[in-house]
Amino acid sequence: MNYDLVVIGGGPAGLAAAISARRKGIKDILIIERDRELGGILNQCIHNGFGLHLFKKELTGPEYAKCFIDEVRELNIDYKLNTFVLDIDDKKELSVINSRDGFFKIQAKAIILAMGCRERPRGAINIPGSRPSGIFTAGTAQRLINMEGYMVGKKAVILGSGDIGLIMARRLTLEGAKVEAVAEIMPYPNGLNRNIVQCLEDFNIPLLLEHTVIEIKGKDRLEGVILAKVDENRSVIRGTEKYIECDTLILSVGLIPENELSKSAGIEIDPLTFGPIVDESLETSIKGIFACGNVLHVHDLVDNVTLEAYKAGEKAAEYIKKTSKERVLKTKKVKLYPGNGIRYVLPQYVNIDDLDNNLKLFFRVNDIYRDIEILIESNGSLIKKIKKNQVFPSQMESITLDKKLLTEIDQEILINVK
Amino acid sequence: MDKIEKTCIICPIGCNLIIEKDPESKDGYRVSGNKCNRGLQYAIEEMINPTRILTSTVKIRGVSNKMLPVRTDRAIPKGKLFQVMDVLKELEVELPIKAGDLIIENISNTNANLIASKSIV
Ligand SMILES: Cc1cc2nc3c(=O)[nH]c(=O)nc-3n(C[C@H](O)[C@H](O)[C@H](O)COP(=O)(O)OP(=O)(O)OC[C@H]3O[C@@H](n4cnc5c(N)ncnc54)[C@H](O)[C@@H]3O)c2cc1C
Ligand code: SF4
Repeated sequence: MNYDLVVIGGGPAGLAAAISARRKGIKDILIIERDRELGGILNQCIHNGFGLHLFKKELTGPEYAKCFIDEVRELNIDYKLNTFVLDIDDKKELSVINSRDGFFKIQAKAIILAMGCRERPRGAINIPGSRPSGIFTAGTAQRLINMEGYMVGKKAVILGSGDIGLIMARRLTLEGAKVEAVAEIMPYPNGLNRNIVQCLEDFNIPLLLEHTVIEIKGKDRLEGVILAKVDENRSVIRGTEKYIECDTLILSVGLIPENELSKSAGIEIDPLTFGPIVDESLETSIKGIFACGNVLHVHDLVDNVTLEAYKAGEKAAEYIKKTSKERVLKTKKVKLYPGNGIRYVLPQYVNIDDLDNNLKLFFRVNDIYRDIEILIESNGSLIKKIKKNQVFPSQMESITLDKKLLTEIDQEILINVK
Repeated sequence: MDKIEKTCIICPIGCNLIIEKDPESKDGYRVSGNKCNRGLQYAIEEMINPTRILTSTVKIRGVSNKMLPVRTDRAIPKGKLFQVMDVLKELEVELPIKAGDLIIENISNTNANLIASKSIV
């Protein structure tokens, strides 16, 4: 089987990438999705708050997904459901499996990775004590309640203040459960402000900052947890322990990009984002393989996922059209580094001569900062400076650099908080 | 309660709104800290009649482990959220259903309609 473009993953990233490649004239496109329907994680996100930027409307997850699923159908883009990509190699051959066709191979001219992310597994956080039932990751609880109608428990504690945990605190409360507390080990919440207000404050659910679960109690079913306060080094402060009775513990301790496939193809991964290293075209270290959405870095807003995916689709289309004539790159490849106060920056590389007209950088800071300047520098000289009143680790920031500012640059670019 | 602070939830910027009682102004409150007009409206509504859109799920007749996601088509008074949830618990819909289909008109006298947010055939 041959395709010009194969998109792996049918979530918002994969859908938008396929749509934009088709709009740029690529006819032969296949989306591969392992689930029984398109839409990705949005199918279980029944709350509203999607599309605020792109559509100026507050849609629910399924409604947002529908806009794109409808367009994929209108554009007659092929997709295969219940189909799993097992492996890709550096020649862009995919090994694929499903129950109807069995095991088969697909040769693609270009591939877009849009596999999304998964939750940090529970084993990754080491809480001592027994392992009774009643402990769920936030995403699993969300899927069980929202898609299967299975209520996970009556009295819950939520560990971690990521958006999914906050959303689940409200969801559980509305379904009649009592959420005793949301505990966050850091001194600031991990989720968006609006979720703190409409998911916790609206229902008087306490948010305990600098608190964590230090012990789990119960034999068959969870009976309670011990919470304690931590100091600035995240070590438990003795004497602050308190027992909370609960039958459910929800872990909302973060997401990591799902990159087993990328690794098997030999794509270079950034240890800071856990996603592929890309350039301004969202092209990975293997030519013709692009990445977008949560597989690249964890996004807080689906609107940004869609915009990024449009770009990946467009760039993949350009790549496909050029392959016949041999792609000429006048590369002046420059690396971007996260400096002081910055957790990561994307893209990791820029080919300055190949830039369309500007470069949009995305980054996250590693702490809360107020009244700061973001400095973009190279070889000791300042390229751009931006003032920010407030920045949070939980909110992705962006800066657009005009191509004109970059034409003289030939050394590493550094981003710093000052 | 002369001066209260609230986070605006209209958009992800999340401005810190400062709301003060002000008998002189038209709505009875003076608002600062908002970056745009929608924040002003939000602040005043929060003081007079706070409302939220409700999203939830309802059962599907004859289908055991699949739910239909639903929403109110406009924000309803915060104090009525649980009353509407009680109605949803008893509800069962029939398939097929299209996103946007009306399920209950003027649910619990909130002036909002309950609609499907997904198509299921
Ligand atoms: C629980 C939760 C709540 C959120 N709430 C909000 C919100 O309120 N507002 C907002 O704007 N954003 C929200 N987000 C963020 C936003 O929904 C995500 O950023 C967005 O859905 C990511 O899209 P994606 O396409 O990259 O990934 P996904 O939606 O995860 O899609 C990836 C798809 O790839 C498929 N896949 C993976 N591996 C393979 C394989 N090997 N073969 C075939 N298929 C594969 C998966 O089955 C999945 O369908 C939320 C995210 C989560 C997880
Ligand atoms: S005041 Fe305006 S800009 Fe600020 S959070 Fe509200 S809607 Fe957003």
